[in-house]
Amino acid sequence: MPKAAVPPPPAPSGGKRAATFQEEVIAMIPADSRLETCIQCGTCGGSCPSYADMDHTPRQIFALIRAGARDKVMDSNTPWMCVSCYLCAVRCPQQIHIPDVMYALKAKATQEDRVPSHVAPDFSRTFVDYIHKYGRSFEVGLVAKHYLRHHMTRLPGMTTSGIGMVTKGRMGFRPHTIKGLEGLNAILDRATELEQAKQRSVYEEQPQAGGAH
Amino acid sequence: MATQYMYYPGCSMDGTGKAYHDSIEAVLPELNIGLAELDDWNCCGATEYMGISPLRSQALVGRNLALAEKQKNGTDTLVAPCSACYVNLARTDAYVRESAELAATVNDALGADGMSYTPGSVKVRHLLEIMIDDIGLEEVGAHVTRPLKGLKLAPYMGCLVSRPDYDDRWQHREHPHALDELLLALGADVVDYSRRTDCCGGHMTQISPETGLELIRRLIVEAERVGAHALVTVCPMCQMNVDFYQREMNHHFREDHHMPILFFTQLMGLAYGMPAKTLGFGREIISARPALANIGIESPLTEEEEAAKAAAAKPARRKRGDPTLPSPAPREDEEVLR
Repeated sequence: MPKAAVPPPPAPSGGKRAATFQEEVIAMIPADSRLETCIQCGTCGGSCPSYADMDHTPRQIFALIRAGARDKVMDSNTPWMCVSCYLCAVRCPQQIHIPDVMYALKAKATQEDRVPSHVAPDFSRTFVDYIHKYGRSFEVGLVAKHYLRHHMTRLPGMTTSGIGMVTKGRMGFRPHTIKGLEGLNAILDRATELEQAKQRSVYEEQPQAGGAH
Repeated sequence: MATQYMYYPGCSMDGTGKAYHDSIEAVLPELNIGLAELDDWNCCGATEYMGISPLRSQALVGRNLALAEKQKNGTDTLVAPCSACYVNLARTDAYVRESAELAATVNDALGADGMSYTPGSVKVRHLLEIMIDDIGLEEVGAHVTRPLKGLKLAPYMGCLVSRPDYDDRWQHREHPHALDELLLALGADVVDYSRRTDCCGGHMTQISPETGLELIRRLIVEAERVGAHALVTVCPMCQMNVDFYQREMNHHFREDHHMPILFFTQLMGLAYGMPAKTLGFGREIISARPALANIGIESPLTEEEEAAKAAAAKPARRKRGDPTLPSPAPREDEEVLR
């Protein structure tokens, strides 16, 4: 089983300057996100289907990241409201991988255990835990665990449809365990090590801001 | 000889997306397409793993790509019927092609189980793309024996097939007409559905119901406005959201919508003259019966309709104060002994 939580990267040590918040976020994104090229046009927020429920529009989040306003960004619900529909991404004139930035912010928040609400991270964690346990998702367990924990009040209204799902054979009650589960977890453990190393390197590689002060 | 593809069914195929599974199994042999399931595939991480650890999620998907590279036998195409699986598989492949550094990292992780992946060695494609590009609309239409004329369908492609479009395969990422054309080839009446690539809410129904239900409502209201009998989808997650959560949405907004959502393969099967039961009809929560009645096809009853029918068939209870003797009357369908 992979280590449950990834500890936050260590604080920078002597001779090195602290990485900017934007550098930290970018280090969290697997591919080139082009985040630093944002021109603040606002096309993202204007395209977003769930912007109305966000504390900040994506454009504002990118400005806050650039300004190093770590607390505001980390306490914002914006990444958690992203539905990953990629409408902003295909419209962005700078071709920024916006959903990837949102994923990175979510991952940063869960890893540092600093989240505005626990409903979404808990859902992700429960989902991911089943992958670690079986190698596949387990819908029945996921729904049962999540709803009992966070959506008790929604359950009565769902009984009829829920029973329907069972009688129509749309609920698999036995999880499927993949044969290569041990190997999968070895892969994920190694990836965790690599991710932590990459995050640490963000601190180590930044040269002191040189020159006159 | 059937054209063979590698197949990544995804976790919902055995559960919530069972109707998709049934109809794919029925329809693909008709088109002479063979699917070889990827051996021992693992979950793609859906929209959840990226939010826990983006890099680890690349390794998670990398394992599937590595398996596909090893298994490829005459074909390098890996077909995913689920839009979320499709985009996850395509993303990792696109990113390792783009970044040698990421490719090295993913391969380092895969090495922990003696696996590796050569960037670009597997082509990830959605089932809809196979229908449109490989089989072709002409061939799709050639098998039609029962055109769906009179059935008004809203082609709801969802967001993740034409977006983010890592390989520039789609001319229109916001208003693609691929699904429209496919349904037209089946003889159906296709309505002009402007919300064709809007979001179904994704996992919002689990983490922020008000957000998710609002998105579902927009899809349904627009479909009703243009007079659709049903929505047609290419993704089990979209199907689940619009179907299962429609009642909660109705309750939340104090409205009464009844918009069934069907998989495109189910409609292909119908047009090919296959019985509705074998295509997974009747598994939906919001019944497709009223929709199919428009073209005179009887779909299996959903659970509630079944219950209502059973209740109607039961002899009525004797009323309080009924002076007549309770003599059992023969049921209509019983043969009366004389």
